[in-house]
Amino acid sequence: MSIAIAETVKDIPRSGIRDFFEVVQTMGDVISLGIGEPDFATPWHIREAAIYSLEKGRTGYSSNLGLPRLRRAVADYVQAHFGVRYEALSEVLVSVGVSEAIDIALRALLNPGDEVLYHEPCYVSYAPSIVLAGGVARVIPTRSEDQFVLQATDLEKAITPRTKVLMLNYPTNPTGAVMPPEELARIAAVCVKHNLVVLTDEIYSELTYDGGTHHCIANLPGMQERTVLLHGVSKAFAMTGWRIGFVCAPVELIEAMMKIHQYAILCAPIMSQEAAIEALVRGEESMLKMRREYELRRNYIVRGLNDLGLECFKPHGAFYVFPKITSTGLSSREFSLRLLREKKVAVVPGSAFGASGEGHVRCSYATALDQIKIAVERIGEFCGELAAEKAEAA
Amino acid sequence: MEALIDLLQQNALTPREDIARMLDLTVAQVEAEITRLEQEGIILGYQTIINREKWDTDAVTAVIEVKITPERDGGFDRIAARIAKFEEVQTCYLMSGGYDLLIIVEAKSLRGVAGFVAEKLSTIEAVQATATHFRLKTYKENGAFHHFEHAPERLSVSP
Repeated sequence: MSIAIAETVKDIPRSGIRDFFEVVQTMGDVISLGIGEPDFATPWHIREAAIYSLEKGRTGYSSNLGLPRLRRAVADYVQAHFGVRYEALSEVLVSVGVSEAIDIALRALLNPGDEVLYHEPCYVSYAPSIVLAGGVARVIPTRSEDQFVLQATDLEKAITPRTKVLMLNYPTNPTGAVMPPEELARIAAVCVKHNLVVLTDEIYSELTYDGGTHHCIANLPGMQERTVLLHGVSKAFAMTGWRIGFVCAPVELIEAMMKIHQYAILCAPIMSQEAAIEALVRGEESMLKMRREYELRRNYIVRGLNDLGLECFKPHGAFYVFPKITSTGLSSREFSLRLLREKKVAVVPGSAFGASGEGHVRCSYATALDQIKIAVERIGEFCGELAAEKAEAA
Repeated sequence: MEALIDLLQQNALTPREDIARMLDLTVAQVEAEITRLEQEGIILGYQTIINREKWDTDAVTAVIEVKITPERDGGFDRIAARIAKFEEVQTCYLMSGGYDLLIIVEAKSLRGVAGFVAEKLSTIEAVQATATHFRLKTYKENGAFHHFEHAPERLSVSP
C-alpha cells in the first residue's frame, strides 16, 4: 500500500540546504563554512548549571508556559536588552527553539488564505511554516545595494487587503544584515497604518558588531501591542542543541499559542530551561567573549573575500557573510558544488535562501580562524582557476 | 588596543597579516602598535606553554607561602625583590590573607627545591615561616588546558 501524503506537505519543496548537506556528507575532510550554529561548546558555567539541576532530580514537566523562574529571567532580560517590558507570568512563553515559536505563532494567527509577508533572502523555514499554518506566503525581495535591508516602500507596495502578518529577521540569516533604526521606524509606521501583526525573529540580536546596538521593533510607538517577539538562547550563548526559545507577546496571543503548545509539545525540556536561566542571568560575559571572537573573524573573512574580488559588504550582525559570486560567471549552486568538489570547501548557495539570494553564497564565520584562513585560501585558488578557464575559453 | 592584546595573549605567534585582517588595520599599523606596547612596558615578553608531562618531566614545581616581617621603610617591596631575584623563583606575588608572599619555584629536583628553601629562603632574616607545596599534576595553565575538550561535533551544513 502506498501512503497518501497530505497535499500541503507534498507541495512543500525540500530544503536546498538539505540537498547540499547530502552531497557534503559523501565527502571526507571538508572545511565547512556552511554551518549555521556557533562552533563553541556552551559555556561551562551554563552546562554546569544543567548538571546541577539533574543532580537535584529536576527531571519532570514544567508549567506549559515554562518555569516561572525562567519566564521572570526572560522578562528581565528583554527589558534590559530590548527596553520593552513584558509581564513575566502572562506574556512570556518558553518554546522548543524559535522554530517552534514561529510555527505556533503562525497557527495561532492565521485563517486560511491570510497573507504573510516576509523578506528574502531569509531563513529556510519561513515560507513552509506559513504554508503549513494555512497562510499564503508573499515574498518581498531585498537587494544587495540596500545591504539586504527591507525598505518600508517595498513593504507598503506588497500589502493587500488579505495581509495580516509581517515576518522580520534582523540581524538576518543568511546575509548578516542589520536594520538601521530610521528604516525600522518607517516599517513600524507602515505596520501601524495597515494594522499588521509583526512576527520578529531576533535570535541574532546580541550578535551585532562595530559597537552597534540592536533595535527591537516592539519598542516603537504603537508596536508592542502588535508585535510577537521571538528570541532564544541558541546563538548568543552557543546553545543550539538545548532547544530553548521564547515568545513575548500580548496576553491573548500567548494564551492562543499556549493551547497549541500544550497539546503539541507540553513543555520545553526542563534541564534546558534550567540552563537557559543561567545563560540569561549570568551569561553576559561569556556571550561578550564569543561576540568579540566573531567580530575578529568577520573582519578577517570580509577582507579576505574582497581581496579575492568577491564583493562582500561588511555585515553588522549574525555570523554570516554573503559575498556576491556573479563575477565568476557561475550560478550560486554551481559555484558551491564546484568549490566543494574541487577544493573541499562547503558554502551554502544563496538560492537556498530564496530566489533573491541567487548570485551570492553564504559563508558562516562561526568556524575557527585557522579553518577560515584555509577556506579563504582555497576559495582564492578556485577563483584563480575559474578565471584561467574563462581566459582559455575566450 | 584590548583586542590586539587578547590576540597576542591567545597566541603571540599569530601572523601579523592575520592580526591586521582581524582588527581591520594594516600590517604596519599592527607592528607599530606592538612596538609601542613593548616600549611602554605593557608587553613584558612572550613565552611558551610547555606540557611538563611530556618535557622535562623530572622538573619540580613548588608553590611556597612565605610569611615575612615588613620593614618600616618600604614595607614588603625590598624583601620581595630580594626573594624574586633568585633564578629558581618564577613568580612572586604579595598576597592578602594568612601569609604575605606566594612564590612559585621551579627546580630540577625535589632536592633542588629543598635546598633553595633551607639555604636561601629561610635564612633571610625577615622570613618568619614558609610552607612548601609540590605540584602533582597540571590541568590548566595560563588559560590553556592540558587535556583539551574535543570540539563539539556539528553537522557539516545546517540552516
